[in-house]
Amino acid sequence: MAATPLKNRHVLGWLMALPLSVVLLAFLIAPIVMIAIVSFWGATEFSIYPAFQFDNYEFLFGSPVTYKVFGATLKYALITWALTLAIGFTVAYFLAFHVRSLTMQIALFLVCTIPFWTSNIIRMISWIPFLGRNGIANQTLISWGVIDEPLEWLLYSDFSVILAFVHLYTLFMVVPIFNTMMRIDKSLLEAARDNGANGFQTLVHVILPLTKPGIMIGTIFVVTLVMGDFITVRFMSGSQRANVGRLISNDIALLQYPSAAATAVVLLCTVLIVIAILLRFVNIRKEL
Amino acid sequence: MEKRPRSFYVLAAFFGLFVLFLYGPILTIGILSFQGPKGGLTFPMNGVSTHWFRDLFQEQAVGDIWGAFRRSFGLGLMVMVTTVVVSVMAGLAFRKRFWGSGALFYAAITSLVIPSILISLGVGLIFNQLGLKVHWATSGFGSQLTWTLPFGLLIMFAVFNRFDQSYEEAARDQGASTWQTIRFVVLPIIAPSLIGVALFGFTLSYDEFARTLLTAGSYNTLPLEIFGMTTNVTTPVIYALGTLTTIFSFAIIGLFLLTVWVMGKRRARLGSDAGKGV
Repeated sequence: MAATPLKNRHVLGWLMALPLSVVLLAFLIAPIVMIAIVSFWGATEFSIYPAFQFDNYEFLFGSPVTYKVFGATLKYALITWALTLAIGFTVAYFLAFHVRSLTMQIALFLVCTIPFWTSNIIRMISWIPFLGRNGIANQTLISWGVIDEPLEWLLYSDFSVILAFVHLYTLFMVVPIFNTMMRIDKSLLEAARDNGANGFQTLVHVILPLTKPGIMIGTIFVVTLVMGDFITVRFMSGSQRANVGRLISNDIALLQYPSAAATAVVLLCTVLIVIAILLRFVNIRKEL
Repeated sequence: MEKRPRSFYVLAAFFGLFVLFLYGPILTIGILSFQGPKGGLTFPMNGVSTHWFRDLFQEQAVGDIWGAFRRSFGLGLMVMVTTVVVSVMAGLAFRKRFWGSGALFYAAITSLVIPSILISLGVGLIFNQLGLKVHWATSGFGSQLTWTLPFGLLIMFAVFNRFDQSYEEAARDQGASTWQTIRFVVLPIIAPSLIGVALFGFTLSYDEFARTLLTAGSYNTLPLEIFGMTTNVTTPVIYALGTLTTIFSFAIIGLFLLTVWVMGKRRARLGSDAGKGV
């Protein structure tokens, strides 16, 4: 008797998880396997052919461009991470501990999250009138007398790329950090104050350690989104900067699928290693 | 009410700047889309007109925008319904801690963190090698699910982590079958969260770019169409389109939030008869 409900639990579980499993198998696992296979294939100018050769990887690891581009990708990820964390933490801290009514908290939180449900492409386009050579930023700075000539590095530069990343992805930090902060027991803060801690000490010694899981989840989102990006870098740099995603998309545009696949495999491994390290610090399922 | 510390005002100012940073650019193109017929992509305004909006509504002006919009809308609805149904089923399944659920969970997380272009490339390659045609409703649909389902699943985890199981036990004690318990007890309780899942499903699909890039086939979705425009359109017509589709997004978000709010009100009114002497 005891074995039947146990078996039922597994069978029922799989039955209900079946649609999810099928989708992930067909559109996640199979594509990854396919990319891994094709990364060993060969390519002519017009077509690709099955093979088992290491040419694509040899070329990839033999080219100095690869290392430069991976370096640039990590640089974007690191700078964006630092900025989104600083801004996201501050915003979440304000919402969680300085806004007093729950209704107001929810309203302001929604204000922060609504852009997430709108188009990234449009949000990138919307920086053009701001940053362009004759854009608002330059016009304002000139009229204030801060600069004489328009700044050229505002648009189509590392600056605009990182600005767009921060603009697009800061809410991926705000949401999980706010979520963990809201679950901090307020009596802990009172205890800290009763023991003589000032606001800053409470922040550093009580709130910050308790917020770590949220920070980790936000970090996972921001780092993977930036590392896997190709469109923001292409659009905001006017095709003048490169990251790994662009390396892949350029190969795709030239129909060099095996070479694109090899780069994709290396990128995926890099991302998964980073995630594996970050997951050591947080149990996602418990933190939701 | 105790007096607010000085840090409150500093942080409030910071928050204000952040909101300005979030919404400023989109407001800017909202204003610029009303440029006069001779106006350019930046200030100053060269007159005020609805010229560029009219341009959009004229056929053939800039590609097949309305076709792209219809496709994106239809695809958004397909993804939304699928995301809600599949996420709820998976959410219920994970509560059973069945054998292999850990692996499935990590697959879902991988789906979330994998660079989008890999999905695009991999699905494109598979369809290519199988001799199938990529189409937004098949390969595009599946590719977008790899982005919306993990979000749906994570929301379901958050929901069931907070779910009081004694409601289910009570239902079972009164003789409800498993299906009846889900249909009449669990689903009504989690309904507002399902609206949230639907919101994610629709909007993430409607705006998805990278995962549809190589999987939409010859008929573009709206984000692909807009991106195509950025390379060859140099008039404010692109701002007009951006403004319209953003307004559409806001309307959709508003509709979903309103539904949740109305549901909450209704529940507060009808939910409990405690103390009413029934």
